[in-house]
Amino acid sequence: MKVIRKYIEKIKPHFEKGGKFQAFHSVFEAFETFLFVPDTTSRSGVHIHDARDSKRTMSIVILALIPALLFGMYNIGYQHFLVIGAKAGFLETFFYGLLSMLPQIIVAYVVGLGIEFASAQYKKEEVAEGFLVSGILIPMILPVDTPLWMIAVATAFSVIFAKEVFGGTGYNIFNVALMARAFLFFAYPSKMSGDKVWIRTQGSFGAGNPEMANGVAQTVDGFTGATPLGQIATTGADSFVSFSFTNAVGQPLSLSDMFWGFIPGSAGEVSTFAILLGAFILIVTGVGSWKTILSVFIGGVVAIVSVNLFASNAIMEMPMEYHFLLGGFAFGAVFMATDPVTSARTEKGKWIYGFLIGLIAITIRVFNPGYPEGMMLSILLMNAFAPLIDFYVVDANIKRRMKRVAVKNRKGVEK
Amino acid sequence: MALSNKTKEVLLGPLNKNNPVIVQVLGICSALAVTSKLEPAVVMAISVTVVVAFANVIISLLRKTIPNRIRIIVQLVVAAALVTLVSEVLKAFAYDVNKQLSVFVGLIVTNCILMGRLEAFALGNGPWPSFLDGIGNGLGYGWILVAVGFFRELLGSGSLFGHKVIPQCVYDAGYKDNGLMMLAPMAILIVACIIWIHRARNKDLQEESN
Repeated sequence: MKVIRKYIEKIKPHFEKGGKFQAFHSVFEAFETFLFVPDTTSRSGVHIHDARDSKRTMSIVILALIPALLFGMYNIGYQHFLVIGAKAGFLETFFYGLLSMLPQIIVAYVVGLGIEFASAQYKKEEVAEGFLVSGILIPMILPVDTPLWMIAVATAFSVIFAKEVFGGTGYNIFNVALMARAFLFFAYPSKMSGDKVWIRTQGSFGAGNPEMANGVAQTVDGFTGATPLGQIATTGADSFVSFSFTNAVGQPLSLSDMFWGFIPGSAGEVSTFAILLGAFILIVTGVGSWKTILSVFIGGVVAIVSVNLFASNAIMEMPMEYHFLLGGFAFGAVFMATDPVTSARTEKGKWIYGFLIGLIAITIRVFNPGYPEGMMLSILLMNAFAPLIDFYVVDANIKRRMKRVAVKNRKGVEK
Repeated sequence: MALSNKTKEVLLGPLNKNNPVIVQVLGICSALAVTSKLEPAVVMAISVTVVVAFANVIISLLRKTIPNRIRIIVQLVVAAALVTLVSEVLKAFAYDVNKQLSVFVGLIVTNCILMGRLEAFALGNGPWPSFLDGIGNGLGYGWILVAVGFFRELLGSGSLFGHKVIPQCVYDAGYKDNGLMMLAPMAILIVACIIWIHRARNKDLQEESN
């Protein structure tokens, strides 16, 4: 640590006014404050500085994402070797996943941070830290097999149109990572849903090469890459009992498989266990609001119970635990809904905001067979309504207190 | 024929600093609806230009005889007659495009640019300037449509005027057409980008931020 500190102190003068690299001040400042808490203080008035600034907050979110990310990588390898019918050790499996996900993460960071740095440099502002989390979230919520250029296009789109045009980090209305996903979902639907994109069959950089025939990767017989949620949304079964979830090679899936995450899906969403670890970190450090997370689940419960009552097909009959373990529900509740910029900020508002997210997500899931994952749309929708919710919560509070003032005044008059 | 400064302003102003779409923000609905392909966008641009120009001339000729109270009705009748004419011509000579444009040909009547020019210009100016004003505004509307249509068709279908321009080898390398380009949201984003560039180049048009 000391070595880095010393080095930074040494090169700092070059980036100050009049220095050699004065033009790159924003870039330097960004790296310095990412590594160390800034040593500057306010010059006027009284300010209380907390060491927990937004860069530290972002680091904690990334820390909370690590379990889901690592498991996601392992699962990519696990699913891959399952469908190509090869045996692989733990390290080989993980290594394969790492190799297929690393380029996606790098592309998302390079494109996103490139735009952020360029625009900060252009506007002569400090580089904001918001993209640190978005950059890792984007590959985690996309299908495993998304082409790199699509990630680049989507990242550029969402950083420019969902963030920079609104004024940069802290001003965006919509969650940047979800905007990237929504963009891809509408622009390239064939690469974002269906049963071809959730499991990678190609080798990545020489690791885990499948047997090839005529340039097509060979998979085991009966291979289907549909996510469990996709399976139940498109099933012809008219009751949940007569339906059974299968993994990629046709074996039945148990609840514990879904809990630990041995199912096809985006890297981040598969393991509910890893997401719970992340939720624990977020809640203990106070970075994510437990009210939002809890209320998303309450909203989900209300929707599921009412749907179950009037169930007429398999997905409507699907019990609660499946809803929470499958798809992006848990991931969205923990990492997306709690985004401090786009969620409601008042405490009461968080309850309403989360409740509606859960409610709408399940509703979309159950009633829209073409799109079984409603979490993305419901969070984006509620992002748009969050300021309105806050407005009415604050307004109600003002009215309540005004009444009290009025009552007091009247008493004063009566005396 | 050299144009005087005023005539120049009437004709060329709407192409740039007084553009009906990107400055006055009129006619947005049709700009979103007909621009998913270049061909209907071009046909729509021509139709609107013709209708606005001739409606302007007719209203300008009648401007001294139209009673003020019923002027909107008179304008509507003139505009509707011209739109019907254009619609019939399209049906006769460009049936496919007419199909694609569907109701939007008929809806030229309700195009804000048309009524706006009749109210704001033709009622107070002679036929020749009114004609130029109509041409200018029609083209000002038209070039935005064509620009939006160009990007939407190029990126959304990989073609221009229905001809593939993105070679097959690019698709083989993994490129895919952007489906979002075919939806209205992307059209409004493209219009927004044009406005962005336009305002950045014309600082005097920028609204004051507070």
